[in-house]
Amino acid sequence: MLDGFSAEMLARIQFALTVSFHIIFPAFSIGLASYLAVLNGLWMRTRDETYLTLFNYWKKIFAVAFGMGVVSGIVMSYQFGTNWSVFSDRAGPVVGPLMAYEVLSAFFLEAGFLGIMLFGRERVGEKLHMFATAMVAFGTLMSATWILSVNSWMQTPAGFSINDVGQFVPEDWWQIVFNPSFPHRLAHMVLAAFLTTALVVGAVGAVHLLRDKTDKEARRMFSMAMWMAVIVTPIQIFAGHEHGLNTFEHQPVKIMAMEGHYESHTEGWAPLYLFGVPHDAEQQLDYALGIPGLGNLIFEKPLDTPVMGLDTIPDDEQPPVGIVFWSFRIMVGLGFAMLGLGVWSAWARWRGSLYDAPWLHRASILMGPTGFVAVLAGWITTEVGRQPYTVYGFLRTSDSLAPVDAPAVAASLLAFIIVYFAVFGAGTVYILRMMNKPPATPKLGLRDGPIRTAGITPAPQVDPDLIPGE
Amino acid sequence: MVFDLAFIWAGLIAFAVLTYVVLDGFDLGIGILFPFGKSERDRDLMMNSVAPVWDGNETWLVLGGGGLFAVFPLAYAIVMPALYMPITLMLLALVFRGVSFEYRWRTERKGLWDVTFFGGSFVAAFCQGVALGALVQGIEIDGRAYAGGWFDWLTPFSVLTGLAVVVGYALLGATWLVLKTEGDLRMAMRGHAWWLGAATLVVIGIVSILTPFQDPIYFERWFNLPGSLWSMIVPVLMVFLAWSFFTGLNDQSDLRPFLSALGFFVVSFIGIGISFFPMMVPPSLTIWQAAAPDSSLAFALVGAVILIPIIVAYTAYAYWVFRGKMDPSEGYHS
Repeated sequence: MLDGFSAEMLARIQFALTVSFHIIFPAFSIGLASYLAVLNGLWMRTRDETYLTLFNYWKKIFAVAFGMGVVSGIVMSYQFGTNWSVFSDRAGPVVGPLMAYEVLSAFFLEAGFLGIMLFGRERVGEKLHMFATAMVAFGTLMSATWILSVNSWMQTPAGFSINDVGQFVPEDWWQIVFNPSFPHRLAHMVLAAFLTTALVVGAVGAVHLLRDKTDKEARRMFSMAMWMAVIVTPIQIFAGHEHGLNTFEHQPVKIMAMEGHYESHTEGWAPLYLFGVPHDAEQQLDYALGIPGLGNLIFEKPLDTPVMGLDTIPDDEQPPVGIVFWSFRIMVGLGFAMLGLGVWSAWARWRGSLYDAPWLHRASILMGPTGFVAVLAGWITTEVGRQPYTVYGFLRTSDSLAPVDAPAVAASLLAFIIVYFAVFGAGTVYILRMMNKPPATPKLGLRDGPIRTAGITPAPQVDPDLIPGE
Repeated sequence: MVFDLAFIWAGLIAFAVLTYVVLDGFDLGIGILFPFGKSERDRDLMMNSVAPVWDGNETWLVLGGGGLFAVFPLAYAIVMPALYMPITLMLLALVFRGVSFEYRWRTERKGLWDVTFFGGSFVAAFCQGVALGALVQGIEIDGRAYAGGWFDWLTPFSVLTGLAVVVGYALLGATWLVLKTEGDLRMAMRGHAWWLGAATLVVIGIVSILTPFQDPIYFERWFNLPGSLWSMIVPVLMVFLAWSFFTGLNDQSDLRPFLSALGFFVVSFIGIGISFFPMMVPPSLTIWQAAAPDSSLAFALVGAVILIPIIVAYTAYAYWVFRGKMDPSEGYHS
């Protein structure tokens, strides 16, 4: 069934599949870890049991999601070598150490403190437990920092030279880590993770509010989530815009693809296309619906500034426009839908009907998974938009491939598809089942209680009474 | 021999891999032994005995892979395509096994995740052994890339090393349970440890005899001075460990069989190191050829020097306070 594909295309699909599955879990756990830290902090400050109940509810969901993130992450650290060995050889001296730092600092930080966060409250005391919870949140953010530095370097490489065997050799680590697109990408992704989590929390709160609008915990989490939606969404739209300006400066071809600008506008007044059907072969946007001039304004250029299009770029330097054009529109469209939800909730809150607005609650449920969709769409935009390069401008994707035969890549791709859908499908079902129970439910699973998914914490054994063998 | 950055990093990577084998070996072994758990309660106990530590242990595998990528990118770029199938299978197996820890408690169809836990552990262990065997056999290189086919790894020798690792990990699992549990489960595992110990020593013996014939360099190293001194010491150490293991079992010792079994792995690992050095990827890629530029090695070393000791200390502390028998009523999922 995969006969028609080249080894390169199969390897690209495989990487896209494994990294797409993987990004879902960090997108959720980065936000949720911070949310848990906030809940725990509020519990310690206010001693309001609602916060504690919510903390205990979400931490169990966090544990399952984190477990899936761990296993899908192990796969990622080997994918570079199995399918992209030439990339690994060439770019390894630069991206390898950054990824080693990710593993060393973040992975261990999370794995180390997670156990205390999950089970340690009674055992290590409230303060140390709060510290551990904060460290888990910090660990997820560190993880994001390093890995986004790697990705950004591939988009806007800096601080390197190329040696005689074609390897990228680090010259200035500061320039490598803080390469031009890194700060923007980091801000955009971390905000996306917060927003994604807020939408999930809001949807779960809404489910329980629809069943019982007096549910204390549901009210609290819905309210918190809607604050996030109304405050963070505008910030995120701004951050996304800034990120776009940065891309315009450093990767203009990607912007041309995102905007569907096959044609140059030498007189200025470039349109902003709202809709269209890109055709790479004919190099034109069919059924285009655009607003003249807005294409200039959105990039903060005077109306009469020329805006170049893909007609100035050789065909073999262009990314596939259709994918980038549409994934970008999906992301932006969902972003504005999130803003709409936030504004609606603010209106309902002002009217005093936040907890008694069934249609708002239904809309929140509908919007629950959209954060993930937007994150995936955004990553597709930036990654496909980087094509045909892995290291932008320096190393082509077709030159990055491992010398592995197409049948081997096809076989492993099929195995990944089957296993990922089965395993992460089951995991998603279990998570949804837990979310379906009200927060005050003492047992979320069949046999619930402390979940030791991860962490090498000594916490449960600190109490001497619990070491019967000694 | 030069004591430079590449050499230090080769040592650190070797340390990470050995730590991984020592730490994750027994918890993969628990999975391999899962069918030997007679009741659901036994299996609960077995899984719970490693639940707190398994994912910290597997992090060393990420460090091994990530570290190799960071400091020996060429070795990583050659070995991964060469071991494409076993590595991919191992990763998929680890996915199944890892999620079983969580999923098993969230459904009535516990049996399903018992099977995946066993299957995942078994396949992961087997693939690790196969990968080792394939590496010992040597990997064909052309320029800066792997030059062989996608089934080159599959030989009788690599299948043998695969089975050796499965049996060895099962032994580690059995002795771990002797250490951590009481009563019937402990008695049963002590019984399994006898034959698993004997089987492990037999396969290590066969692999050791075959290894010098995989590559003339190994042969020379083991049977000419000064290397032949090692070929005296390593077997002597093995005999001592075997004695310690069997008398430990006989004396009803909790800890000695486990430590002796770990010793089998450490000594075997040293033996492999003697065969390999100074090769990173036998038969032709040395540590220095595979190493990244010094600027990469130095940058990564700063983090490693600061963080690895912290991680080791933390891990040791965790195992220390986690010592002693498990309390069945304090199950981590109770």
